[in-house]
Amino acid sequence: MSKLLEVKNVVKKFNTGGLFSNKKLTAVNDVSFTLDKNKPEIFTIIGESGSGKTTLARMILGLESTTQGEILHEGKLVDGKANRSTRMKFMQSVQPVFQNPFEAFNPLKKIDQYLVSTTRELLQIEDDDEVKTIIDENLQKVGLSHTEIMGRYPHELSGGQLQRTAIARALICNPSLLVADEPVSMVDASLKMSIVNLLQSLRDDFGVNVIYITHDLATAYYISDRIIIMQKGLVVEMGPARPILDDPKHPYSQLLKASVLSIADAGNGQLQPATDLIEIVNRNEGQIGKMQTYEGSRHVREYS
Amino acid sequence: MFKVFSDLMRYNIEFAIGFFLFLFVFIFGALSFFSPVDPTQIYMLVPDIKPNAQYWFGTNSRGQDLFWQMTFAVRNSLLFGFTVAMMSRVLSLVIGLVSGYAGGWADRILMFVNDIFVSIPVFPILVLFFFVLRDDLTTLNLAILVALLGWAFDARLIRSMMLSLKHREFTQHAIFSGMPMHKIVLKEHLPYIMPIVFSTALANMIWSIGIEVTLAVLGFANISIPTFGTMLYWANNHSAMIAGIWWWILIPVVFIAMTFLGLYLLSVSLNEYIDPRQRLRRMGGGS
Amino acid sequence: MSDVLTVNKLKAYYIMNYFGTKREVRAVDNVSLTIRKNEIYGIAGESSSGKTSLIKVFAAAMRPPFEIVDGDIKFDFGDVKIDPYAEDKSKVDALRWSHFSYIMQGSMSVLNPVRKIGKTFEDFALKPMGVSKAEFIPLVIEHLKKLKLSPDILNSYPHELSGGMCQRVTIALATVCRPKFIIADEPTTALDVVVQKEVLSMIRGIQQEMGSSVVFVTHDMSVHANITDRIGIFYAGRLVEEGPTKLMFEQPKHPYTYHLVSSIPRIGDTQRRTSLEGKPPSLATPPNGCRFHPRCPIATDKCSQENPELVDVGEGRRVACFHSDKVKPLLEAAQ
Repeated sequence: MSKLLEVKNVVKKFNTGGLFSNKKLTAVNDVSFTLDKNKPEIFTIIGESGSGKTTLARMILGLESTTQGEILHEGKLVDGKANRSTRMKFMQSVQPVFQNPFEAFNPLKKIDQYLVSTTRELLQIEDDDEVKTIIDENLQKVGLSHTEIMGRYPHELSGGQLQRTAIARALICNPSLLVADEPVSMVDASLKMSIVNLLQSLRDDFGVNVIYITHDLATAYYISDRIIIMQKGLVVEMGPARPILDDPKHPYSQLLKASVLSIADAGNGQLQPATDLIEIVNRNEGQIGKMQTYEGSRHVREYS
Repeated sequence: MFKVFSDLMRYNIEFAIGFFLFLFVFIFGALSFFSPVDPTQIYMLVPDIKPNAQYWFGTNSRGQDLFWQMTFAVRNSLLFGFTVAMMSRVLSLVIGLVSGYAGGWADRILMFVNDIFVSIPVFPILVLFFFVLRDDLTTLNLAILVALLGWAFDARLIRSMMLSLKHREFTQHAIFSGMPMHKIVLKEHLPYIMPIVFSTALANMIWSIGIEVTLAVLGFANISIPTFGTMLYWANNHSAMIAGIWWWILIPVVFIAMTFLGLYLLSVSLNEYIDPRQRLRRMGGGS
Repeated sequence: MSDVLTVNKLKAYYIMNYFGTKREVRAVDNVSLTIRKNEIYGIAGESSSGKTSLIKVFAAAMRPPFEIVDGDIKFDFGDVKIDPYAEDKSKVDALRWSHFSYIMQGSMSVLNPVRKIGKTFEDFALKPMGVSKAEFIPLVIEHLKKLKLSPDILNSYPHELSGGMCQRVTIALATVCRPKFIIADEPTTALDVVVQKEVLSMIRGIQQEMGSSVVFVTHDMSVHANITDRIGIFYAGRLVEEGPTKLMFEQPKHPYTYHLVSSIPRIGDTQRRTSLEGKPPSLATPPNGCRFHPRCPIATDKCSQENPELVDVGEGRRVACFHSDKVKPLLEAAQ
């Protein structure tokens, strides 16, 4: 088994307060997981705001350094401050998809340049025709055509189209890992599922590993193979996605699931908060506890 | 470029007024190249003639034709303002970009220097230089001095814009598209920063011409070169107000006012037009 | 039963002119609807559906270049009847907070960061309530208790409270004068799921206790499913379907509604969900005929030429679609 990505006991602490303050906020606390190169999967990180899921993603991309622990990509340490050729090599294999498609493209510039630059700089292709063919191929993979995208400005396209273009761009360098941080949260409801389905097809048709970061349990259930659920920097539950979401064991996971608004009984508002679970979660807050392993390779954090 | 200009002329009254004011002053200054008289010569004509058909602006107590004298003053003052603006823009752009992009120690040192320049009083320093340099204080030397004192505020502005651009998602996206950083700064970020450079350049011209007028009126400049300031200096020197030579005071003041108003209106209207958010709306983006 | 708000054939456009580029954005195009007493009316729609513009009209917060082109809008608060755009502005302002109020997406636009919450309550609610300061504070405290909030928050600053707590405070602020009509604009979009449910339950609770009407705007259909009594679905500036929440989810009659409802994934259900093709139309250059037809899987020639009127189809529902009687079989056949 060759390892694509190893996250080993990663901790990230931020200084909060002023220059002389020694207050630290632990954004990510002792997170470990491994992605396998030969078995592409959608690995989902679920958490609310402040859970550390975005910080974790940024560390995997090398945009943030780790305080403790290490992140290895194909056996090499991920380092955002490495020299350009090392970074380029990393980027050929790991690509991000950003949260807000309208922010991810410079509104004053045509969209082309991101696609062209990726082909030229990361794939090292000089010939104009070849560049064009490669861009076309990748746009087709995400269900877009050359004429729809090239020569356009970001505001001429919908959020869904932009997000698919962003994914097409990432695909150009045949990455083995895609890190998608809330890729659908800013996309209109009627276009959301096209992005989610696309992530699924990346795994099934192109063999790309996807780290899917979200707060939405329903889409996580829909596409994920494995999930981790994070609460305030700690992983509280980890394992195969559907068994966990069908029957969460950790009280926080149970609370998240109970808080999801269902449309099953529309018109008869089901709005009573799960007060008993909230109480349990509040009682456990601040405790570190210990991860316990259960059958079906499920891991749950338990407190004494 | 022409389209931008015609749009502005048609739909922005401030721009049109500013443009015509400035154009008038500019052409007037250009007339100096056709001047039949040397502006440094004195007592060539009968002094103190009121404006009339032959001498449109009259003559002054030093026997100079005020019309041609004024053309040289306009030319020299505009040139001075332009030189200062160009030099100080280069300084603030380079320092702002480097400081914002590099961050860390480079940023701290540059911003420390920046803060010194922001806080030192411009006027006393220039007076001091005048007493040290005296005749060596040519227009160019003065322009360099004023430029050195006039970049700091805008460098800080550019730095802060650069910092926020650096953290925008599209910058990360460009990095992961393999774009080298210098290309990102030039191609992605400069379109946001150039408008600021333009509009602050016009504001900087107003400021520097103002500085020159102040210095020269008080005599802290090379008074043999005709400028807005030195014309007023000589008028004062010959007690034009008391002697009833009102046109000697009024004409330069009117020209100064036209220049300032023209530049100000241009700066304000260009600012509005160039603002990226406005530009996006015109392109049909945003909501 | 009388209606709190009656909107009749309302057209409100943004008429813009930037340096020669004239644009007319038809954000609210021929909308007629009524908001009844004691109900939560949901407004659903994606970006550029005109939902934000519509509530600007409701809140009497229109500013140029946004203006009413045609149609009218009337409030009936029981004791006062008013047409907010025919009357003097000061008369409308006198009714703010006391008769109609708002709950915004970000609490920070209401809560002044440098004033204690109690002071903010005084700023907004003291005058509309028409009581002395001595009577005011006990009334506020009583109201907070009803909402299960501690009176201590009156002495804290907004930054000392969590985002969810701030949003609860803005709800308390919007309801303290017991207004008849409340506009809630994406009040829970920025909140995490756990807090979202608590806040929604609070809005529902206070609405039922006061018997007021709430216009609840959000793009999230699962929120609509749980809090609203009736929903109006907006697409490209038009109301395309309206009806009781239960029926809208069980038997949608407009292909757009059908799609919105059926594309929501659920935990425990792995059935494949699809997206619509294309993108929402630009309001500056909307397509002819039915505005949904370029993306509609069952569109016919008629749809691209004629604009379907919003017609009453019984059971308190209105639909703007030529095929409303057989949407489900047609869509299933089209797949």
